[in-house]
Amino acid sequence: MIDLSLLPDGGVAWLDASGRHADVVLSTRVRLARNLEGFAFTGRARDGERLRVLAQVDAAVHEAPPLAGSLTVRVDQLPAIDRLLLHERHLVSKELAALGEAHPLHSGAAVVVGDRVSLMINEEDHLRLQAMSSGFALPETFARVREVERELGARLPFAFHPEFGFLTACPTNVGTGMRASVLIHLPGLVLTKEIGKVLAGLQQMGLTHRGLYGEGSEVVGNFFQISNQTTLGRSEEDLMDQLLRVVGHVVEREEEARRVLLRDAGYIIEDKLWRAFGTLRYARSLTFEEAMNFLSGVRLAVGLKLIRGLSVYTLNKLLIFSQAAHLAYAEGRPLSESETCQARARYVRHALETEAGSVG
Amino acid sequence: MLCDSCHERDAVVHLTQIENNSVTQVHLCERCAAERGVETTVAEPKHPLGDLLHAVQAQLATGEERGEACTFCGCTMADFRATGKWGCPHCYVTFEASLRGLLRRLHGSAQHVGERYQPPRSEATGRAAQLGELRDRLRRAIESEQFELAADLRDRIRVLE
Repeated sequence: MIDLSLLPDGGVAWLDASGRHADVVLSTRVRLARNLEGFAFTGRARDGERLRVLAQVDAAVHEAPPLAGSLTVRVDQLPAIDRLLLHERHLVSKELAALGEAHPLHSGAAVVVGDRVSLMINEEDHLRLQAMSSGFALPETFARVREVERELGARLPFAFHPEFGFLTACPTNVGTGMRASVLIHLPGLVLTKEIGKVLAGLQQMGLTHRGLYGEGSEVVGNFFQISNQTTLGRSEEDLMDQLLRVVGHVVEREEEARRVLLRDAGYIIEDKLWRAFGTLRYARSLTFEEAMNFLSGVRLAVGLKLIRGLSVYTLNKLLIFSQAAHLAYAEGRPLSESETCQARARYVRHALETEAGSVG
Repeated sequence: MLCDSCHERDAVVHLTQIENNSVTQVHLCERCAAERGVETTVAEPKHPLGDLLHAVQAQLATGEERGEACTFCGCTMADFRATGKWGCPHCYVTFEASLRGLLRRLHGSAQHVGERYQPPRSEATGRAAQLGELRDRLRRAIESEQFELAADLRDRIRVLE
């Protein structure tokens, strides 16, 4: 198995809940899609081309100061379980990790993991640079990924068209190549049934929403990823400014919904959330969906200060480390489905026992 | 909920009918609804590129782009229609005319106003890199049976060699 301790901060520094509004906004992510001039896009490139893309990018990565100390992982040489592990850490996409039948494993697929920035090579585009931060932190996250992009762009010829901007395999990404997103927890809006209106409003503002793992993923545990829909015709600053304003507004709506819930249905909510905590604290087997839904409840309870002594950091860690590949990694062996559910319950129980012994 | 008509498939069409001053609710599956002449939009799954692909299709039908292939990667409009992805940066030049309309539909604009960029002068323009690029293009030209282009590329490779 891959040694995750080699990754800077394990690649999950954004879990530490140090950012603004960290109990509602888990993380902020900004990604830039770039391609190299002189090669076909990954989907149409031959094996040799992809390997040359990888070699060129790798050489540039070694010279780029912001990526000093980064680690390059050849995803194409990893077994499936390790690829899933990297995916669960949000370091590689489903496509790059070749998870699911629709996605073949491309030769030259790799990920560079640096300090709160990472770089997928030979995904749909040759380069997918991304920076992630804890909490609601758009400008600083963008600045970090931009710095890496500038360094690499000074060493590699990016495909750029004066009219269409940065060229990408899919026309939905062309122009800035930027997708800025926040992972946000909205149980209040879901429980008060306001969420439909809010999501419809996003669409009108040129924003879109997805599940926990981005495009094509389901919404579980009331976690939504909100991001810009368009990438062309507006500057990076403009796109971010709008996301900043709208997400700020959504956070306010969520906080308002939570106040309403407490005021109008106090004991019902309190009972529901404590039951979620009780299940997590004592269950002997948990499916991923169950764990996510109960964790959503406990997260809300911590936000409402109904449950004290439990940190948002612990809850964030539970989200990542209670996933299948992480449990197998911790146990040091592949697990069957029922073993995974038992290991998950054990892990969650242990975390709550040690970090929230005096909760009540 | 099962279909009121066949009692086999899931009901996806919920019809409210007013007959003789009384309101009745009928729940039908897609097939039974179609048999009764109820128009549904369920059959067409929503795809983020759905509108775009339809537009491309419409353009193909007029013959505007028929047969044109990117000289760098051999990608055609039909390839784009099938995958929703271009083959290489040169496709944006090859299909420039039709692209503008598509980008406007997708983004509301076809003009980049963000960060400008000047690629570095590097070994990418050197002979070895150029040769590699030409050989890749030659292979692709042969595969897509663009023999005139292939002959031209072969000549250029000879000159460089």
